[in-house]
Formats: sequence, structure tokens, C-alpha cells
Amino acid sequence: MKQAVLTGAHYLTGDEACAEGALAAGCRFFGGYPITPATEVAERISERLPEVGGTFIQMEDEIAAMASILGASCAGVKSMTATSGPGFSLMMENIGLGIVTETPCVVVNVQRAGPSTGLPTMGAQADMMQAKWGSHGDYEIIALAPSSPQEIFYQTITAFNLSETYRLPVLIMTDEIVGHMSEKVVIPDAKEIKTVSRITPKGKKDNFKPFKPGPNGIAPMPAAGDGYKVHFTGLTHDEKGYPVMTVEAQAMMMAQLMNKIRNNLDKIIMTERYRLDDAEIAIISYGVSSRTSLAAVDEARQMGIRAGLLRLITVWPFPDDQIRRLANQVKGFITVEINLGQIHYEVQRCAGYRVPAYLVGHPGGTIISPDEVIKVLKEAF
Amino acid sequence: MTYWRVPFDANDIEISKGIVYILDDRCKGCGYCIEYCPKHMLQFSKKFNKKGYHPPVAKNPDDCVNCHYCEIICPEFAIYSAEAEEDK
Amino acid sequence: MPEPSKKISKSPVHPLDDLLRTDRIPHIWCSGCGTGTAFSSCLTAIKASGLELDNVVMISGIGCSGRAAGYVKLDSYHTTHGRAIPFATGMKLANPKLNVIVFSGDGDLFAIGGNHFIHAARRNVDLTVICVNNLNYGMTGGQVAATTPFQAKTSTTTTGNPEAPFNLPLLAYASGATYIARWTILHTRDLTNSIIEALNKKGFSFIEVLSPCPVNYGRRNKEKSLDTLKLYQEKGIIKNNANPADTDIDFEKGIILGKFIDIERATCIENYDKTCRLV
Repeated sequence: MKQAVLTGAHYLTGDEACAEGALAAGCRFFGGYPITPATEVAERISERLPEVGGTFIQMEDEIAAMASILGASCAGVKSMTATSGPGFSLMMENIGLGIVTETPCVVVNVQRAGPSTGLPTMGAQADMMQAKWGSHGDYEIIALAPSSPQEIFYQTITAFNLSETYRLPVLIMTDEIVGHMSEKVVIPDAKEIKTVSRITPKGKKDNFKPFKPGPNGIAPMPAAGDGYKVHFTGLTHDEKGYPVMTVEAQAMMMAQLMNKIRNNLDKIIMTERYRLDDAEIAIISYGVSSRTSLAAVDEARQMGIRAGLLRLITVWPFPDDQIRRLANQVKGFITVEINLGQIHYEVQRCAGYRVPAYLVGHPGGTIISPDEVIKVLKEAF
Repeated sequence: MTYWRVPFDANDIEISKGIVYILDDRCKGCGYCIEYCPKHMLQFSKKFNKKGYHPPVAKNPDDCVNCHYCEIICPEFAIYSAEAEEDK
Repeated sequence: MPEPSKKISKSPVHPLDDLLRTDRIPHIWCSGCGTGTAFSSCLTAIKASGLELDNVVMISGIGCSGRAAGYVKLDSYHTTHGRAIPFATGMKLANPKLNVIVFSGDGDLFAIGGNHFIHAARRNVDLTVICVNNLNYGMTGGQVAATTPFQAKTSTTTTGNPEAPFNLPLLAYASGATYIARWTILHTRDLTNSIIEALNKKGFSFIEVLSPCPVNYGRRNKEKSLDTLKLYQEKGIIKNNANPADTDIDFEKGIILGKFIDIERATCIENYDKTCRLV
């Protein structure tokens, strides 16, 4: 068997780094379906998984791919799929099944411009709201937004760790630009990589309740074959997993699904602050657009404008508190993203209209240049 | 169901004897067991179960040959037969 | 006339109670619905198969038969509409030790889930797929399905079904299934034997079970549940090894039942190990 963790310095695309991050995190099942610009994740991992004792399968469509990773995860194996817009749309129903059955897995969306088939080979960041609300019903989700191949490597590991900790699908919302760019990726020693696996139950197997939260608020999860005779259903269910068609059961289940995230925001939300301490203008950005924003901040500073950047590493759950605190400090916000207003409205909501919030958006297909940010900076403030 | 012929060795064959057990409250009154009992030993009872159905009742309990057909045709897990204990 | 006496012990225990989530019985299936009989047959087969029960998993989709997973006291997963097979595929590939049964309905497996069925059969994923075919969508009130006979009445074809139904054994055969049988709920012993064979067989096994839906299909087509069973009795023709091309369901000329296909072919996992695990 070959090594799962390819320790050393590599020159990798974002998609390839994602595959390596998954293997380093302990992913041993991948159900995929080809789609530009995410195909390279599947190509890389299809070669690597059998080398490390895992299994790759190319399913018949993205619906099947998503269903297969839930099945594999319920068998106790860390699982992942990767797709882009059209496939992400097809996965939505089963992402909901993953949420309601509290099944850990990782879904990578290498975003391209939409709607519909859109610009398959060209990047965008326009699925951010779909990531939050794409599956029907109410729920909390975790979505990460890496901005470089190196970061995809680490965030894929983080995504697995979060999904295993909180028992839910975790989304990696990258984009064609980061997915297809090649950069240096340093993979550390295996023993330096912290991986988390779901808590499995110990003790009595009779009448086991697979949805009864443990002391940490998360229910231990046995795998199929462990002898706990669990029942998982997409129906509203009680702690035993049995369907219960009542308003009370719905309220109880929803509280569990929401609170396991809402009570742990501090542990889940990751952001990076750049020159924000004395900033008068806060730029909010994520993914590839945060690289644009970084350049814009430096340029603005040279021009004497005190700008700073809050880079969202976790986009969902949204860092409401951080934006609210910033609203007391800055004169205004600028959100930079390759869409025509998605996270921008979240920023506006948290800023509470106390200070103005502007959007530097783009209809999709290319990155935003720092000049466009500077232009809005100068016009608005 | 009716039989076509009497086997030549009918007198030598020891016919098994069974007892039929009925879990009244699981029954939904479809009548499959009554219709397909080869010994025609079941009938609808007059009583109602919890759900308001008439569960079957054995009209000739001693006729049961423990063939299990009522048990396997029943969609409700509401009836089964077991071997009758030898008379002592 | 007094009620005839009946012999009954204090609290009789049904022989399948150990495999049932008895706290959820009675189940939701209507009076006369055959799903319970098919399910009961499946449980009997699981017990008789000699398989280690901890490793037996039941997965179902959505619909009346999809509820089966909620009643079996095994690891059981009630998934989304049409997606039981890909969920099962992921589970089987992730842990080949598991013996995975997909128990679902005709609408779930062959309309919304049709694509998954043909691909799992093509790959020869080691699954036992049991399809309760009641010729319509029962759970939603009796709409036309991909299995509804030509001209039959349903709530969305009130003047008759203008379309032709699938011949499921032929579809399974053309897709590559290695075990194919069809029975009705009246042929319970044969059905149980087929399920035992399928459980112990490597590869993709498919068993179609014709089952009455008196409340929806039956009501609109003037068939009480016992009429449907009599139809099975009168029109059922047992013909093992029949050519799947001849097994289309036509109640006029007779419905062919039996074990049609039982062949050997390397499974999905065997071929993956041989082809992809080069190290």
C-alpha cells in the first residue's frame, strides 16, 4: 500500500490538492460524476484511493454520487464527492438527507458561472446562497471557502474534521480559478495532521438511540454492521430514529439540527483579519476574491486610505458577530465576490444599515481586479 | 382451495397437528388467512379489535394441521401456527 | 350463537417478532395491502438464510414499500425517493462484509430510480433488490406508474393508462442482473425461497413481487384484494427459466412467474479489486 499522506513540497492544482487533503483526512470512499471544473478531483482520487485501501466509484449521476457517499459514511467510512453548479443542484435533495440523518461527509463545489450550464470552464462564486439554502427546509450548514491550492489541502482536512465532529455534510465552496490554478502545496508529516473521527457508541446495543445527543451535544454514531440495529430516516424522527409525525417531534429535531451548530459558532467560524485593527473601511471577501481584496487593501493603504480585509474562511455559519463589531468601528463595508450580490446582503444585514455596505460584484467568468475595488473605495468614501 | 385426489398412502400419513395463534390487535381484517386456510378452519369473529376490524377466530381449532400458510400470507404479523403438543 | 372458542396463549409471540420493531407494529400498510406479506417473506428468508444478522442491512426509498426499513430490527436506512440503490451501492462498496437488501416499490425503483437500477445491475453490485410491484403509486393516492398496465385506471389516468408498462425482469436482464425472479404474494413459499437464494448469491439479484393495492389500484379497477389474489392464482403461470422477453404482465394471457435467471458474473467489487488495486 502506498502512503495516504504525500509528505513533501508539490506543485498541484487546487483540485489535486483537494484530493490529497481528503486522503490525508482519512477519506476512503469517493462517489463522483465528471463535471468541469471539478473533474480533476475525481481523476486524482480515482487513482489514489485504491492505492491506500479506499474505493472510488464513478456513479451514474450526481444524485447517485451524493447518495453513495451517504451510504458509505453510514458504513463508517469517511466519504467525499466533488462537483460544480449543475451537479451541486442535483445533490441538494440528498444533502438534506445527510443533514436530517446527521451523516458526516464532505461535498466540494468547484464553482463555475451559472445559471444552468453557464460558463463551464470559467469561475464564479454564485452558489454561495445555494450552499446555505439549496436543500428544502430549514437547517444549518457548514461551508468553507479556500483561496489557494495550499489552503484547499488544509481546508479539506478541516471539512472532514468538522463533519465528523458535528455529524453533518460540510461544503467546500471553492471556484474554478482556485481549482485550476497550480501553486506550491506543502504537505506536512502525517503525524502533524490532526484528524477527527466521529464518536462511536460504547456499551449497551439494545434500544440504542442514534440521535440522542451525548454530553457534547452530538449523538455518537455507530456504523452499519456494528450491531446497534439503527434506523435512519429522512422523515422527522425522534432520538431513536423512529418517524414521528408531530409538531413537537419536528420542533425537537430541528432544535438539535440547529443548535449543534449555533451553540458552537466559536469553534466553527474561522476568519482571517488583515490590517483591520485601525481600518475605516472593511472589505469582506472569501475564496479567490479575497486575493483580489488583499491587493486592493495594500494599494488603498499606499493611497492613504485605511482599508482592511476580513477574509471569511468559514462562510456558513456566517460570522454575524464579527461583522456587527466591525460596524461599530468602520465607516463602511465593501464586499468583493464573483456574483451580483449574495454574501453582500448578509454583510448588509449584520451592518444593520448603521454604515453603508457596497458590493464589488461580477456576473461571473473571471476574477475581479483590484482596480475595481479601488474605484468603488474612492467613489464611496 | 380444494384437493384433487386422495393420496394412496393417505391412511399411513401422520398428519401434523397445530394450534393457531391470533394477535387480534394487529389484524386489519383482510381475510387472506380465512380465504386461504386449506382446512377452512378460520372465520371472522364478531368482536372488534382496537382498530375496529374483526380479527379471525378458529371455528374448528382441532382441524389445524400447522401448515403455516395463514402465518406467511398474513401481511400484519397477526397470526401464526405452532405444533400442538402431544396429548399426555 | 356463541363465539367459537379459540386456543390462545396469554401473550402469543409471532415467530418474526425478533426481527420486527414491534413497538412500531401495526404498520401503516392498508388492509389487504400485500407489502406486509412480501416484507414478512423477506424476514423469514433473512432468518433462514443463515446470514450473520448484524451484517444484514435493509435500505429502502420512498413510498409504501419504502416504509419497510422502518419496521425491521436490523440496521435500516429509509432514504430519499428513488435513491435507495445508490445509497446501498456506497454502503456495500465501503464495507463489503455487509449483506445489503434494497426493499422498495415499483415507482421508487423504476421511475424516479430507474437510472440507478440499470447501472447497479450493469456493475453487478452485490445487492438483493426486492421490488414490491403494486402497479401504481400507492402512498400518494394511486397515480399511474411505469408499471401500470395499458388502459388501467389510476387517479391521473381516469380514462385509462395510455402508456405501456415496463417488463421488469426483461429490464433487469438487459441491464445485467445475475439473479431474476418474479412471484406474487400468494406464492409466498416460492418467494421466500427466492429471497434466500438471492441473499446467498453474489451479485445483483432482483426479485419482483406482485402485490395488491386494494385501496387505490384495486378500487379504480374493480378489484377487491381477494379478487387480486384470485387473479394471481388463476392467471399465474409458473415457468422457471422463462425468457425474460416473454414476461410482460398481461392479465388476459397470463402472468409468468418463476426464477428466470441465475447466472454467475464477477461482482463490482471483485472487478474493482482486480482492475484498480494494482499495488
